[in-house]
Amino acid sequence: MQLLANVLIDGLAYGMVLFIIAAGLSVTLGLMRFVNLSHGAFAMIGGYLAAMLTREAQWSFWLALPLAVVATGALGALLEALVLRHLYRRSELDQVLFTIGLTFFLIAATNALAGPQVQLIVLPPFLAQSVDLGFRTLPVQRLFVIGVGLLVAVVAAFAVTRTRFGVWLRAAVDHAETAATLGVPVRTVQCACFAIGAALAGLGGVLGAELMPLEPYYALKYLVLVLVVVAVGGMGSLLGSLVAGITLGIVETASKYLASEWGSLFFFLAMAVLLAWRPQGLLRRGAA
Amino acid sequence: MTTSDAPTAICRAPRCAPPWRLPAIVLLIGVAAWWLMPEQLGLLTRIAFMALLVLSLDLVVGVAGLATLGHTALFGIGAYAAGIFALRVHPDPTLGLLMGTAAGAVLAAASGAFLLRYSGFTFLMLTIAVAQITASLAQKARDWTGGDDGLSGFTMAPLFGRFAFDMEGRTAALYALGVLVVGLYVARRVVDSPFGLAVRGIHENRARMAALGTPVIARLLAMYTLAGALAGAAGAVSAQTSAIVGLDSLSFAVSAEALVMLILGGAGRLHGALIGAVVFTLLHHTASSINPYHWLFVVGAALMLVVLVPPRKAWDRLRARFAFLGGKASASARETA
Amino acid sequence: MTAMLETRGLDRHFGGLHVTKAVTLQLQAGDRVALIGPNGAGKTTLVNLISGVLAPSGGEIRLAGENVTGRTQAQRVRAGLARTFQITTLAPHLPVQRQVELALFEHEGLTGRAWRSIDGYPVLAEEARSLLRTFGLGAHAGLATERLAYGEQRLVEMALALALRPRVLLLDEPMAGVPQSDGARLLAALDTLPKDLAVLIIEHDMDLVFRFARRIIVLAEGAVLADGTPEQIRNDPAVRTAYLGH
Repeated sequence: MQLLANVLIDGLAYGMVLFIIAAGLSVTLGLMRFVNLSHGAFAMIGGYLAAMLTREAQWSFWLALPLAVVATGALGALLEALVLRHLYRRSELDQVLFTIGLTFFLIAATNALAGPQVQLIVLPPFLAQSVDLGFRTLPVQRLFVIGVGLLVAVVAAFAVTRTRFGVWLRAAVDHAETAATLGVPVRTVQCACFAIGAALAGLGGVLGAELMPLEPYYALKYLVLVLVVVAVGGMGSLLGSLVAGITLGIVETASKYLASEWGSLFFFLAMAVLLAWRPQGLLRRGAA
Repeated sequence: MTTSDAPTAICRAPRCAPPWRLPAIVLLIGVAAWWLMPEQLGLLTRIAFMALLVLSLDLVVGVAGLATLGHTALFGIGAYAAGIFALRVHPDPTLGLLMGTAAGAVLAAASGAFLLRYSGFTFLMLTIAVAQITASLAQKARDWTGGDDGLSGFTMAPLFGRFAFDMEGRTAALYALGVLVVGLYVARRVVDSPFGLAVRGIHENRARMAALGTPVIARLLAMYTLAGALAGAAGAVSAQTSAIVGLDSLSFAVSAEALVMLILGGAGRLHGALIGAVVFTLLHHTASSINPYHWLFVVGAALMLVVLVPPRKAWDRLRARFAFLGGKASASARETA
Repeated sequence: MTAMLETRGLDRHFGGLHVTKAVTLQLQAGDRVALIGPNGAGKTTLVNLISGVLAPSGGEIRLAGENVTGRTQAQRVRAGLARTFQITTLAPHLPVQRQVELALFEHEGLTGRAWRSIDGYPVLAEEARSLLRTFGLGAHAGLATERLAYGEQRLVEMALALALRPRVLLLDEPMAGVPQSDGARLLAALDTLPKDLAVLIIEHDMDLVFRFARRIIVLAEGAVLADGTPEQIRNDPAVRTAYLGH
């Protein structure tokens, strides 16, 4: 029973991290049909920024987190506006090659700047403790991650379905040319979307630093996991990414606890089964 | 589309180059390198089996048009098959090579039968899944594969009963080269056959080939199996020449690197695979000996450069220059993938 | 006499949409039949159903008496059915001759052969070139298909279909997108089609239809509205009504 609870809590937290990182990629892939394999690098950069701020600059975690997230988003916006938007019209292969090259470059740069060792983020005492719920004690950090994940999901759902931006987003997803003629500022939507996706990735990188250690190869290592979540959830579907992230997160955590000699077998087996059953993703459509 | 820049009447399709030409050139260059650089034989061996791996990938990606990131599974299973065979059954290299080739072919046929029902991004993701599952199974089966420690402790018997695998690696290098040349000859013949033409047709327009009555999945599966055989052979050679097999032969990095080598060398005409493998294995070797991360700077920059400043014209001119190797590349036509 | 092509009560639904409604038609050997109808009538859907690209929701398709309803597209091709596409569907980088050779290889069942070079089939190569010459494309045999003018590519589509030696040929708007200047060659090509071949042609160009067709089937909203000689169709009031808003 204790084991089951641990698996669920850790799995849910892991799944939320995957969801938060994957959300941005899913929207980029689904909305702009842009294959951005450097998405993992944003998660890495967010995590590194938070690590630097909390350790080197001795900032409080509660200040470092938002700053790291915003900075990553800004970097994403910059990258999108300057370089990546020129690749929208190029073939998928060109996009893959460029963004993989960018990832390699960022990995090497990260190593050159910060060295190959794992970066640790200093957690505030509040998060480092465990809370006693009477029947069980739970680590606050895990609850925090789950809470943030749910918040992101709710805010994203609200933003997409209730706000003007959400309407523009869905219009741009369904038919960009028509949306443009109807007055939707498609370029702004694209850049904003990309920036938000990058920021979310950065957030995920910070929150998941315990489960997914920050080191230069992070950008490539966890890219595969994020791609899996996007593929299984369905490109462009935030709810799909949420469901897929949680499902796969729990599967992976359970297999770590119960069958660690099998490595990531069950994760990829689950992924293969889900994809084979629903090749377009669990909930494929436009955004959410 | 107009014919304003079309050349004057071309009444016949260009003939294919004789299939032995490219392998012969590779053999000559390889033997020359073997002769002239006796202290680099380890590197030469590595270049040879990497070239065979990238060649096998070209059959899948360049010829059949199936983007895959799981090719390492076919390489790795060939390596493990050859290693396990040498350790437990018989250390004869030729038999081990056959085992590795067969293992690659069997895994390709089995996984391909499932994978080829899908296409595009889904197919790509599923190839990753198959490769990762294979790697996990290899890690689990410690009794057979040595798990994280790898498989070692086997010594190869002399090749053909006469040529021992010496410490300097002279036999190993020629052996690897020989396997590459044979594999290249087979690949050349198959690509220029009616079957190869059909697969190229499927790559360029699947709907068109279906409308001609081609059993599309069956043809793709056959090509995938052949590629698996060649990849398995490459794996076997890598195992036999280094007398060790590790889990890194099943890692995602191998798939990604092979794909990068193929794309940068030029996919679809086979010689591009060789060029890519040679150039980038050399670069990797040089850069890594300075600092393992430097390799990533080089490759990353190269990839971004190639996309931003598409040297289409330069590649086309280069390829036209080398067209006599590959046969019927017309100056306009050949895509990079 | 057994019809070369026959459909009985062919039906197709797309979700709630009833796109093809109980279509029953027959083609005899040597027939020249045009399929016309307003946009959205479901003509291409019907061709997709017959050729096997789409599976029917109901009904039957027979090729020379044989029930092919459950068969794949490739199987129907081998049974003698060939089609062209409304949007040119060709392998862009292959030389034209090679593409025709592919059709011939496929017809002879040779695409399973993986050892002998494609240059080792001189008879087939000459057959491919000769077929291209009958379409006036002999001078372009060695060019990559994408280098040809659009009208010439439509001709290649037709050449490929004929290379399969079909008994039934479905032409989906062969003149679509072809400039007037190249139209004449296409028309000439239509005149050279084998006499015993059953041909069903979808076309909007009424001049071509009345010139080429000995029988016309009118499709409207997925159902057969009329089926008769050009004279009968011209004088049919229901047909005129169907086209009035057109």
